Amino acid sequence: MEFKHSEERQMLIDMLARYLQNDYPLQARNIAAESDAGFSDAQWRSFCDLGIAGAFFDEDQGGFGGSAFDIVAVFEQLGRALVVEPLLDCGLLPGQLFAAAGETGHLADVIGGVRRFAVALPEGDKTACHATRTDLGWTLTGTCAQVSFATATDAVLVTARTGAEAADMTLFLVPVDAPGLSLVRFGTFDGGSVADLGFEGVQLGDDHRIGPAHGAAPLVANARAWGTVAICAEALGIMETIKAMTLDYLRTRSQFGTTIGRFQALQHRMAQVLLEIEQARSAVINAAAAMDQPEEQRDRMISAAKYTVGRIGTLVTEESIQLHGGIGMTWEYELGHFAKRLMMIDHSFGDMDHHLARFMALRAS
Amino acid sequence: MDLKFSDEENQFRAEVRGFLDKELPPAYARKVADGIYLTKEEQEDWHAILHRRGWLAYNWPVAFGGTGWGPVKTHIFDEELARADAPKVLAFNFKMLAPVLMKFGSRDQCDHWLPRMLEGKDWWCQGYSEPGAGSDLAALRTTAIRDGDDYIVNGQKTWTTLGQYANMIFCLVRTGFDCKPQSGISFLLIDMATPGVDLRPIRTLDGGHEINEVFFTDVRVPASNLVGVENEGWTYAKYLLTYERTGIAMVGASQKKLDRLKRLFAEKAPDMAPTESGLLAARIARVEIDLLNMSTTNLRVLKAAADGEAPGAESSMLKILGSEIHQELDSLMRRTVGSRARLDRSQQQAPPGVAHAAAVYFNNRKLSIYGGSNEIQKNIISKMILGL
Repeated sequence: MEFKHSEERQMLIDMLARYLQNDYPLQARNIAAESDAGFSDAQWRSFCDLGIAGAFFDEDQGGFGGSAFDIVAVFEQLGRALVVEPLLDCGLLPGQLFAAAGETGHLADVIGGVRRFAVALPEGDKTACHATRTDLGWTLTGTCAQVSFATATDAVLVTARTGAEAADMTLFLVPVDAPGLSLVRFGTFDGGSVADLGFEGVQLGDDHRIGPAHGAAPLVANARAWGTVAICAEALGIMETIKAMTLDYLRTRSQFGTTIGRFQALQHRMAQVLLEIEQARSAVINAAAAMDQPEEQRDRMISAAKYTVGRIGTLVTEESIQLHGGIGMTWEYELGHFAKRLMMIDHSFGDMDHHLARFMALRAS
Repeated sequence: MDLKFSDEENQFRAEVRGFLDKELPPAYARKVADGIYLTKEEQEDWHAILHRRGWLAYNWPVAFGGTGWGPVKTHIFDEELARADAPKVLAFNFKMLAPVLMKFGSRDQCDHWLPRMLEGKDWWCQGYSEPGAGSDLAALRTTAIRDGDDYIVNGQKTWTTLGQYANMIFCLVRTGFDCKPQSGISFLLIDMATPGVDLRPIRTLDGGHEINEVFFTDVRVPASNLVGVENEGWTYAKYLLTYERTGIAMVGASQKKLDRLKRLFAEKAPDMAPTESGLLAARIARVEIDLLNMSTTNLRVLKAAADGEAPGAESSMLKILGSEIHQELDSLMRRTVGSRARLDRSQQQAPPGVAHAAAVYFNNRKLSIYGGSNEIQKNIISKMILGL
């Protein structure tokens, strides 16, 4: 039993934390998050230069990490600084899909930041994009909703239905400038952007197929599992920052002639928040430790973690704003931006009810 | 990062399990499952069974006749006890008084009292709370006035668990008066058979007799029964609270209760309307996830303790989480039993752990009250974290 990170991983964490502390001011982040791309291209380059995406993959895959604990350690740090650059959506997710499909060239592009890829995972188990065989390759028709950062990428990994059953899905790499592809961009509440994709007879050669025909389902499930664990870790990092800000506020804000942290009504709410955040940390550890378990056990622990992060994230969001009072309601103060992202994470990769139901459906071993 | 127990730890677990399979009397297990206290004779017999294996004082260092296990093995042992519905050892003897004696008592006191615990000669109870000193324990007013080689003790203690079986009581008494309340408290050992000690039962809301009041009228106690230094008793009492990090979360007992609850629910669900069983299933799943999380929180704290890290607010966190999760399980058990939970104890025919669901539910409301109420635990967390 060991709950400390290895020396190497701790060095990575420290390096990343130092970079974020010195070179990732929240004001600049907020401006970038409201921009068309939804993030800063310069910051993206910096993260590529730091080799962060390399931590998501092992040496055989061209990275230097690849364990679940490497991934959650990085995403916790990204969460602490509210990083909006899409290391999950355009790093971990496409990387996992390429790795599982044996697309080493594309994977190297992800790790090196040479090209940027978005990922259109199916909504639930279904996709509204269909691909049919042609003499030259494939024709795609239909839609994909809310594809994160799609307008700021070179190509989108699209999951398309290719057979009679809903599970008959195939992955295609679609260049964003492909004829017949339309993108409608939306800003998101927590910063960043998504796009709705429309496919009107998009023609692709078979060389755009990623992984086996009709064989995307396990690849997608695997990528979704990694993405969910990563976003849980991001949420944990956000909670840690909110905790620090709120403790600081309780120690310094003065009312009725004393610091408000002296009031028991507030102390007890804060104590509850503190112990719940420790529970969220344990949930993330459990999920990361389950990543090498058989799929059903793995998914059960992932759902336990995502449910936990949803429940506790809601508590942390609401309590931190309440404990701050009016200042917590302002755009100018930093808290709100963290709180918004934390709450929107519950709307990503399935919310707490979805994951509670999934936990119940998956049998314990 | 690695959540797995070592091969040696797993082997140890198997050894404990094998021992309990063989040595635990089924009648005791049934009582534990149903939340019924063993009789004094049964509890002493259980102590003797453990003592023969060398596992009675399992949380003690080897030098005092214990096992010398670290926090992890101790935790495994606790888990296995709970899994088998084995009775716990009497906490007042082995987990509360003994560590205080080892740390603050004299050589003579250790040599005298610790072997007697192992041999089953003394049953200790705790004299901390008073009618006017509950959460505000330092407000205690039972006095001990020095008179030659003795103290004369006057006052009243309450909530004295299993005092009816005890021949000895360790008390916090007031020996200093013109000072901060915490600075005038001493730790005194009192023979219950001394003239002037009077014990009266308190019947609890579940109908049971578990707690008592103890009255002291001009009770003469030899000064050699003072533990440590006069007026330093508050420090000794607090020492226990921060260093009792293992076992406080009740992980094993809650896991056992959850297993039973899920089994009972699986039997009952087919007869429920789907919406109703769905709601109950969701409640059970929620507490199951809370328990999964807390088990790991508990292991993190155990590991930190094993590595010799100084304790912080962890025991308070685990106490709050552990008691609330256990209480929620009791509540769900009561609701899963359904209308039959209304029947009186004596009329119930039910599988182990299911009978007396209402009584167990009410009895375990104590979990968030005793040992420093959950509100006091939150005060402690706030003080440590906020530093105000």
